[in-house]
Amino acid sequence: MPTPRYLALAAGLLFAGSATAQDWSTIRIATEGAYAPWNFTTAAGELAGFELDLAADLCARMEAECEIVSQAWDGIIPALQAGRYDAIMAGMSITDARREVIDFSRSYATTPAIFVAPKDSALAAAELPEIRIDMSDVTDEQQAVIEQLRDLTAGMIVGVQTATIHENFLREYMTDIDIRTYDTQENLDLDLQAGRIDIALADQSGWQPLLEGATGDDFMRVGPGFSGGIFGEGVGVGIRQEDTALVEKFDAAIQAALEDGTVSALAIEWFGFDSAAIP
Amino acid sequence: MDFSLLAWGDAGWGDQMARGAVVTLAVAVAAYALGIVIGTGLAAMRLSAIPPLRWIAAIYTTVIRGIPELLVIYLVFFGGGAALRAIAAGMFGYEGYIDLPIFLTGTICIGASAGAYSTEVIRGAVQSVPKGQIEAGIAVGMTKAQRFWRILVPQVARFALPGLGNVWQFTLKDTSLISVIGLVEIMRQAAIAAGSTREPFTFYLVAAILYLGLTSFSNRGFGWAETWANRGVRRS
Amino acid sequence: MDFAALVRYGPELASGLPQTLLLVGQSLALGFVLALVIALMRLSANPLVSGFAYGFVYVFRSTPLLVQIFLIYYGSGQFRPFLQDIGLWVFFRDAWFCAVLALTLNTGAYTSEIIRGGIQSVPFGQLEAGRAVGMSPLQLFRRITFPIAIRQALPAYGNEIILMVKASSLASTITILEITGIAKKIIAATFQPVEVFIIAGAFYLLMNFVVTQAIRYAEYRLSPKSPAARARAEERRQKAILAR
Repeated sequence: MPTPRYLALAAGLLFAGSATAQDWSTIRIATEGAYAPWNFTTAAGELAGFELDLAADLCARMEAECEIVSQAWDGIIPALQAGRYDAIMAGMSITDARREVIDFSRSYATTPAIFVAPKDSALAAAELPEIRIDMSDVTDEQQAVIEQLRDLTAGMIVGVQTATIHENFLREYMTDIDIRTYDTQENLDLDLQAGRIDIALADQSGWQPLLEGATGDDFMRVGPGFSGGIFGEGVGVGIRQEDTALVEKFDAAIQAALEDGTVSALAIEWFGFDSAAIP
Repeated sequence: MDFSLLAWGDAGWGDQMARGAVVTLAVAVAAYALGIVIGTGLAAMRLSAIPPLRWIAAIYTTVIRGIPELLVIYLVFFGGGAALRAIAAGMFGYEGYIDLPIFLTGTICIGASAGAYSTEVIRGAVQSVPKGQIEAGIAVGMTKAQRFWRILVPQVARFALPGLGNVWQFTLKDTSLISVIGLVEIMRQAAIAAGSTREPFTFYLVAAILYLGLTSFSNRGFGWAETWANRGVRRS
Repeated sequence: MDFAALVRYGPELASGLPQTLLLVGQSLALGFVLALVIALMRLSANPLVSGFAYGFVYVFRSTPLLVQIFLIYYGSGQFRPFLQDIGLWVFFRDAWFCAVLALTLNTGAYTSEIIRGGIQSVPFGQLEAGRAVGMSPLQLFRRITFPIAIRQALPAYGNEIILMVKASSLASTITILEITGIAKKIIAATFQPVEVFIIAGAFYLLMNFVVTQAIRYAEYRLSPKSPAARARAEERRQKAILAR
């Protein structure tokens, strides 16, 4: 009876490339490829950026073969759960909401979130202080700055990348704003340049291509840099909850890379400043 | 607009866009082939004497034609893996991860849509074969298989050709929707290049021109096919 | 699929329904006017006029709507200084305007072909008869061309409405929060894609069911009731499905 053999063959085809045994000698890592300098696509069609270099280093430490795949941001968590790949390295912040559905390695980088607006914006005159605010521990002075920001942005159109900590912050802390969400940071940049939005919130490092690009002089940072609390505990590797062994492997590799200065060196190379997490 | 961005090689995006066009064509051909297989099967069900078969086919075409292709793509992309795993666990006791590659996901979604539309084309074509010809076949002693291959198939193919040409055209265009789940075809490639170079108009225009080229070429192909299929047919 | 999801996400998804309906309604209304103009241009004796109309229809039918939307929305941003100079930027700045513009141009191209087909289906003899009894051109149009053409074109136009309801989901890709846009927003927060997309799909199915029934009713009211005429109407419906 030939049937079982066909079934086995069909099953083999479906499982091919996905059923990596649980020894994690091969790991498939997803990135977005549209979030420079963390990860982006070059004109040669190849993925590059901070996380690509870091992934190569971590994989060497874990003695694993890594395959990097690109995946659109708004499906990046569901596709991890669906088993399309085993890990996410896409500038993804570790947050409680995400922890409910996936697990994270320890953080490897941390950069503050900042607002950016055109230089001719009404916000320029306000000259908000460029202080650092830890959202898990806000002082009265800092609270006053947040409230000032809330009053100044009232009635504005504010852009943000969809399904990010930045979107959560806007929905929780700002009132009276019209939130526009974008699938990629690049499209957010395009619309800020086009003047369709008045101001936008994103990661400081994510703003780099815009601020250092040809039209960078037309834009400015507005007010404080936010981190902690609603902004999570820094950027980590997203992993399925049941793959605890993989989390441990990444933890150990990241810890080693932080301690010997590899992450700092890569961060300075790609971001221009040391955004490595504290070991 | 800066046309040096379209240069071939590592400095420009010309070769990436061309590669995107090849992927678009590949996924369109695969989806179209799948669509015709589905369409033929469903058309047979729609014309069957068994009511439940007719109902299933009718429900399929109604649902697929009534839901945006974009939603179908999202649904299969996010839900397909889970469904497969449930089947694998239930049937084979397999507990690992399985998932469909993006190319296959796209092919299935666009093919499902093409299938719903080609069902109607093929059913209409079967119904336009004059009954008298089948009766004539019976009269000269043809077997059922002979009647099918010698009378039905050649004429159905000819009658269905214009409609299937239509189905091909929108199959080709619908492949652009697969870009939302990350298949690097024309549209996704254009979005990547537009984001990276900050020249969205340039790259979406190039994308539009590529689609225009592909549809124009294939239209001509179907035109020739129709002329060929209708050779020797008396004009009324 | 659990009913709890329906209760949880149903109302929020339903809040996108007015946006979807408005988007489709505005685009169809403007698109129909555009289609009339294009159809008349195509029937013009001036080759320049008919050629332009042909080119318009050809380009919009040969490229995906998604490209058209992105070209209009993100593409216009590349020409912001120019558009500002001529005072058009206020329109292109608005995502809603861009979506309606893209959908209008798209449906205008398809509908013009449907209208042209309808007008050309009017038998010449009927027009001659009308002239013979001394009807004015306006009377000819109102009493002969229009009633015959609309009956012929109705099934295909009904199909076009359904395609537009489906096409409106693409507006979600340019920040508009209609049903699909809201579905994506919910998923971003809950990571429950399957339930949410199934409910959203049901909304579209419901809308299209209503459209189908309405068109059938209109056809029934407009058609002669003889069995032969009804058979012809059924045939038109079948053909209409393919006119995409």
